Amino acid sequence: MNIKPKEYQAPVWNEPVIMEMGHPGRRGMLFPPIEAEIRDQVGDADGLIPFALRRQDKPVLPEMSEPEVLYHYLRLSQQTLGMMGTSLFGTCTMKYNAQINEQMAWRPELTQLHPLQHEDTMQGALEIVHNMDLVLRELSGMDQFVFQAGGGAEAAFTHCAVTRAYHASRGELEQRDEIITTIQTHPCNPATAAAAGFKVITLMLDENGYPSLDALKAAVSNRTAALMVNNPDDMGVYNPEMKEWIRIVHEAGGLAFYDAANFNGTMSKVRAREIGFDACMFMLHKTFGAPKSGVGGPATGAYGCSAELAPFLPAPLVVREDDRYHLDHDRPQSIGKIREFWGNVQVILKAYAWVRAMGADGIAQASDISVLANNYMEKGLLAIRGVNRSYPEAKMPRLEMTRYTLEQMKEETGVDVHDVQNRMTDFGIDAMWTSHEPWLLPEPFTPEAGEMYGKEALDRWIAVLAQISDEAYADPQIVKTAPHNQAIHRLKPGQTDNPGIRAMTWRAYKRKR
Amino acid sequence: MRPSTAHPYMANSVPSIQQEMLTAVGIETIEELFVQIPEDHRLARPLDLPPALTERELRRHIVQILAKNETTEQNLSFLGAGIWQHHVPAAVDEVVRRNEWLTSIFGEPSSDHGRNQAWFEFCSQLGELLNLDLVGLPVRSWGTAAGHAIRMAARLTARSEVVVVRAIDPERLSVIRNYCEPPEMANHIAIRLVDYDPATGLIDLNDLRTVVNEQTAAVYFEVPSYLGVIEHQASAIAAIARAAGAETIVGVDPISLGVLASPADYGADIVVGTIQPLGIHLHAGGGLGGFIASRDEPRYAEEYPTLFISISETLKPGEYGFGLGLFHQSSYGLRDKGNDWTGHSVYMWAIAATTYMAMMGPQGFAEVGRLILQRAHHAAKLLSRIDGIRVRFPSGFFKEFVVNFDGTGKTVAQINHALRTLGIFGGKDLQGEFPELGQSALFCVTEIHTLSDIERLAGALKEVTAK
Repeated sequence: MNIKPKEYQAPVWNEPVIMEMGHPGRRGMLFPPIEAEIRDQVGDADGLIPFALRRQDKPVLPEMSEPEVLYHYLRLSQQTLGMMGTSLFGTCTMKYNAQINEQMAWRPELTQLHPLQHEDTMQGALEIVHNMDLVLRELSGMDQFVFQAGGGAEAAFTHCAVTRAYHASRGELEQRDEIITTIQTHPCNPATAAAAGFKVITLMLDENGYPSLDALKAAVSNRTAALMVNNPDDMGVYNPEMKEWIRIVHEAGGLAFYDAANFNGTMSKVRAREIGFDACMFMLHKTFGAPKSGVGGPATGAYGCSAELAPFLPAPLVVREDDRYHLDHDRPQSIGKIREFWGNVQVILKAYAWVRAMGADGIAQASDISVLANNYMEKGLLAIRGVNRSYPEAKMPRLEMTRYTLEQMKEETGVDVHDVQNRMTDFGIDAMWTSHEPWLLPEPFTPEAGEMYGKEALDRWIAVLAQISDEAYADPQIVKTAPHNQAIHRLKPGQTDNPGIRAMTWRAYKRKR
Repeated sequence: MRPSTAHPYMANSVPSIQQEMLTAVGIETIEELFVQIPEDHRLARPLDLPPALTERELRRHIVQILAKNETTEQNLSFLGAGIWQHHVPAAVDEVVRRNEWLTSIFGEPSSDHGRNQAWFEFCSQLGELLNLDLVGLPVRSWGTAAGHAIRMAARLTARSEVVVVRAIDPERLSVIRNYCEPPEMANHIAIRLVDYDPATGLIDLNDLRTVVNEQTAAVYFEVPSYLGVIEHQASAIAAIARAAGAETIVGVDPISLGVLASPADYGADIVVGTIQPLGIHLHAGGGLGGFIASRDEPRYAEEYPTLFISISETLKPGEYGFGLGLFHQSSYGLRDKGNDWTGHSVYMWAIAATTYMAMMGPQGFAEVGRLILQRAHHAAKLLSRIDGIRVRFPSGFFKEFVVNFDGTGKTVAQINHALRTLGIFGGKDLQGEFPELGQSALFCVTEIHTLSDIERLAGALKEVTAK
């Protein structure tokens, strides 16, 4: 296929920082004056604040009319490429964030609901949450889900807190202070484990692409509180020994947690509970079609577990009795809260709507298409000069994403993956994902085709990379000085970390300039 | 057996397209691609889910379910306690629904420049409200912000105790407890609660002096407090903390900062709080968001768990952009060696909040603060005139106040039930959380409650408590 991709031109508004906009005296929002009767009764507001706490200065905020603010932010939104072209950002499972989901979630029956209202007035919201619970039980085999966590990392932390409570209930928490993970899990797995108080043992990959059974056995002991893993990983490698892993951990008295970050390839094919996992986590803003909004959120890490662990779940649970829904706060062994209230209900609704729009067949098909599309892309990508695959000798096909390396391109042309990312955006292609830190492969990139994009979009993505490869080998400066068509040029290195230069607020910038 | 009709969300759900891809890969069936997964890992049956709905059917299904909710729009609500009704300008809702940034992932500073600038503006405007130069990208709630800040203080001081006000939202306290690790763990942070004066709702300074010691990493208090009062002993509290070598962490409601001083101006080292009042709807609890801020000193900056967005020059002279700062100390950079963890948070709410703050301006914040103070105090006055009803801390509060019903002989549950029949949601029942307050509820009055709303509440309460 010979496509010469056309370039994209971003809007270039040269938009000032809002702190420099407006004019003294302008108003963007008005409030009614206080009613005379109230003023007569309580006096001026100043008299109602203890003197020591009265604000003496005026915050230095811009003073703007309403449309100035609106259009400023609309211009900024125009200067955000995001998914407007094609985004195959790996491990984040870019897919359609359906407009009907937004329309439903923004209805006042949801936006204007206060979580502390009486249950009788929230039967609709509770029904949605409970329905999603049942869906995820079916997808995972787990017995109970909660949605309190506002993201995958917070769900991983939920698991660490449940693990603490579980072992504490058996008087073994002091003894069990280790959590085992692999170098290929999302960083939030080891990070939440450490923040929860555990020592973290990180297993390295062997030549098969996953840690060996021997490595696991050497790490497991009576100090093991839990195993936290994903499967497949974000190189598309599936560890076939996972059942044995879990058996070993269980035998030693530990729990097994499944981070279903890469669920898009295995949904409908594998269920966490059947592999032996005690708990798992799904990201409703990835696999389940709710939007990410950067990295991002509001989001939801749906956390589910076995009946044995359910008593320790954060409260409340949404339960159903006959045809009524309740918030069950009566959970004496619960870890309490890992975040206030009971979840980002609007995100749960969007995910539930996605599931209902897909159905069992649609979900199975999405998994098929993701895996097929990824393997299809591999053929095209490996034909590009300078591109090689992780585990080049591996015979079995990868699942829904694969990691590649541009090491050869860098050695031969000096063009690195960061250059290529930037040049790709000149074609309206969202900067591709590289890898989590640490990079196990030099100059990595990880496309995840997903099920949304048509074959021609995937072909174009490949054609763009092929074009950039040609540029790298012929005239590398085009790539090394990219991007050329965005709202701004590349940032000067070194200005976002150095304490003397970095500025996280406008006021810091003015002070340090 | 796969359906033969293509699905609107999946462009490659046309069998002939899949066949092209199969041919290119050199296989007969998609099933061959799953060979890595052992047979005994495979689910042996199709998923048991309801059949797929077309958009029209889906719409009807969801609308029917949502119709079972009764909202704060249909009813007059005085609920607060962690998430509050404030006016959300229509322009804010338009901004946060823009697909460009709604559906974005990360991008490059140059390709997602607009979104990164919006985040920087959020941090900048919040920094002005706080009079602080360093603001992290938002965290997921006030409770999680407080939890992370306490852990920051423990690392900064190498101490293992934290003093927390007892007059705190039990949900926030529960989150904080999870962040402080249980006693069995090596880095457990012991929480010592400090009492409040039952007459004023303010922190009992004598009790504070007894619980603060050489092991105190931080003193954490809130302004306004959970029970609504404006803690005017703030400077004294910070001084007690400082004298013991502890950090002062204050939690605030930023919509109050047009009329209330920033904690930075009375001795706070780290400031946390909610962002929800800044242009974000309730969303049944999904509107939560929090922040962490401090002086721009490396000592503090190096302990944040959040990502930051920093302004930076670009390669073109005179041009600037916005990129991630201090990435490498985060969990993304160092995994278990990073500062706590970060991940998906509430970054779209940061865009709501920055739009809101710019629409408000300094005058807006001053006006809304005054309006809230006057209306809330008037409501308290009216309610306290009702037989059997007493406002527990009748002065010096912001938007929430404790209403005690012991004199009516009725429980809060009974009263709230009766109010509901009149289309009113009463305040949060505090009886379970603070039994010493008797049959009390936390009422929230903001700029959205007019005089007639308040009079309607008073009339209804008079009616439902009448003997």
